[in-house]
Amino acid sequence: MDQLYGYGLYLVSLLTMGGIFAVVALGLNVQWGFAGLFNAGIAGFFGIGAYTAAILTTAPSAKNLGGYEMPYVVGFLAAMGISGIIAYFVGKICLRLRSDYLAIATIGIAEIARLIFKGETWATNGPRGIAEVPKPFETWPEPWNQLAFLALVLSFVAVIYWLVERARRSPWGRVMTAIRENETAVKAAGKNVETFRMEGFVIGCMIMALGGALMAHYLKFVDPNTADPLLGTFLIWVMLIVGGSANNKGAILGAFLIWTIWSASEILTSRLPAELAIKTAYIRIFLIGLALQFFLQRYPQGILPERRPAVQGDDNRSQKPK
Amino acid sequence: MAEFINFYVIPGFILGSIYALGAIGITLTFGILRFANFAHGEIMTLGVYFTWSLIQLTDLHPLVVMPVAMVLTIMVSLGIDKMFYKPLRAAPVIMLVIASFGMMLMVRSLIQFFWNVQLKTVNPGISMPIIIDDWLRIAPKHIWIILGAVILMFGVHYLLAYTKIGKAMRAMSDSPELARLTGIDTEKVVRTTWIIGAGLACAAGVFLAIDTQVETQMGFRLLLPMFGAAILGGVGRPYGAMVGGLVIGLAEELSTYHWIGDAALLNPSYKQGVAFAIMVLILLWRPSGLFKGKVF
Repeated sequence: MDQLYGYGLYLVSLLTMGGIFAVVALGLNVQWGFAGLFNAGIAGFFGIGAYTAAILTTAPSAKNLGGYEMPYVVGFLAAMGISGIIAYFVGKICLRLRSDYLAIATIGIAEIARLIFKGETWATNGPRGIAEVPKPFETWPEPWNQLAFLALVLSFVAVIYWLVERARRSPWGRVMTAIRENETAVKAAGKNVETFRMEGFVIGCMIMALGGALMAHYLKFVDPNTADPLLGTFLIWVMLIVGGSANNKGAILGAFLIWTIWSASEILTSRLPAELAIKTAYIRIFLIGLALQFFLQRYPQGILPERRPAVQGDDNRSQKPK
Repeated sequence: MAEFINFYVIPGFILGSIYALGAIGITLTFGILRFANFAHGEIMTLGVYFTWSLIQLTDLHPLVVMPVAMVLTIMVSLGIDKMFYKPLRAAPVIMLVIASFGMMLMVRSLIQFFWNVQLKTVNPGISMPIIIDDWLRIAPKHIWIILGAVILMFGVHYLLAYTKIGKAMRAMSDSPELARLTGIDTEKVVRTTWIIGAGLACAAGVFLAIDTQVETQMGFRLLLPMFGAAILGGVGRPYGAMVGGLVIGLAEELSTYHWIGDAALLNPSYKQGVAFAIMVLILLWRPSGLFKGKVF
């Protein structure tokens, strides 16, 4: 019975983390799936969200900036706001140019964010990170606190899914798809391509920051590794590409699937002798990378391919892209 | 003044020539294959680890075994191109960027698997700096690095300016369609691009390893300055990348000099931000770079 309970708790934590990644993957889907923008600094925006929420909601501490004890909602909103503002400036510089430049600039932003988290000890407590971030429902008895937090995360996933799915089906979403497919034609139709791209980029980064804020509350802790520039960004990309770019259900499916594989393989390899366990961690990264390459070459559309919304008056028949 | 030259200008030049060598590969791939290759830094790291292993085997000076390591790195790079980039060449270019982003993680995890993450060194021992005219101090390893970089840069210049394949590369960088129409073997040009890029990346990495030490993140740390150098010089412009690399290397070192008062102008831990700031400024002011490169 105890063992079963343990499995149950593991399942809950798996779903909670999967849900947080699903939020971030939905954010990336707005950028990449809708607008075709390459964000290589997901971890940076995620980290900005995590630190903002942590600093605003924690109790006073001598080690870091903070002690505002703000309500959770303020933390979430501020995380999204700050991330959105930074995204706006990055977008201003790079969105005129091809996606490669955005990729380079976002990876730069992520690196600098990490340097700041590490270096500005007065605000972030440096490499030791901010501890005792409050967690919603944490006073409830075990397992109900975990279940309630899971419910909170899943409701975030549901609400964001509903919002971005509506956006995708709206005229705004159609223009986005059109820009991705044929920019010149959209310009000819009189749409301001740069504004649409900017909207997609900023909204995506705000959703990513929300994911980061959720993670800070869930783990009750943030440190510069929360914004690990490679692994975080990379995993989210694999989730979206494998799940299906431009398909919101695909983004969610990919997030849960890849996180399950990632986490389960960690449990398997952790049973090996210590030295071997460290080595196999690298092999796991390699294999996930190989999976990404496989999907890019063989199934670039992912498990759930994009489905175009039906044209008005032509309901229930969605067109598949060529 | 002596302090300024010895501890800021000379290290700036060393770092700059390392960036320059790395950035040549980035700018050539960007110009000819038309994508930003994120795995370039990891190729550099791989070259360093090949060199380290060869030193363990033969006990020779790093610069002696470096050519062998360059050949090995080039072979890996060509293999990666064949297996992972070539199948995507017909797809939208951004797919190649994603593939190279994944490749960055894959190469690094393999390096960590085979060589583990402990710090290593390729230096045979500590050598005393040479003192010229009582104030100018330069370490022998720095002379080697600058000499090596200058020789390699002249090699690139000769190849691009005087050989048939070099002209074909410049043609393809200017206009791939026209190049193909005139009967240039584009696959051969692509191969040569990888050969030059990987060879120079390996050399740049080894120079950095001689100057500092060997660790698995060294290539990734150079990625931003190298992109910065390539964009500053103008995408597709190898000479621009050389100038860009030197400018960024010098700017990074000089930014930590105590220009005003006694404290460093910029906290050295933010040195990496200098390359980024230069890149942002050039993108705002003149996206084609100093040498009128391409803008996509």
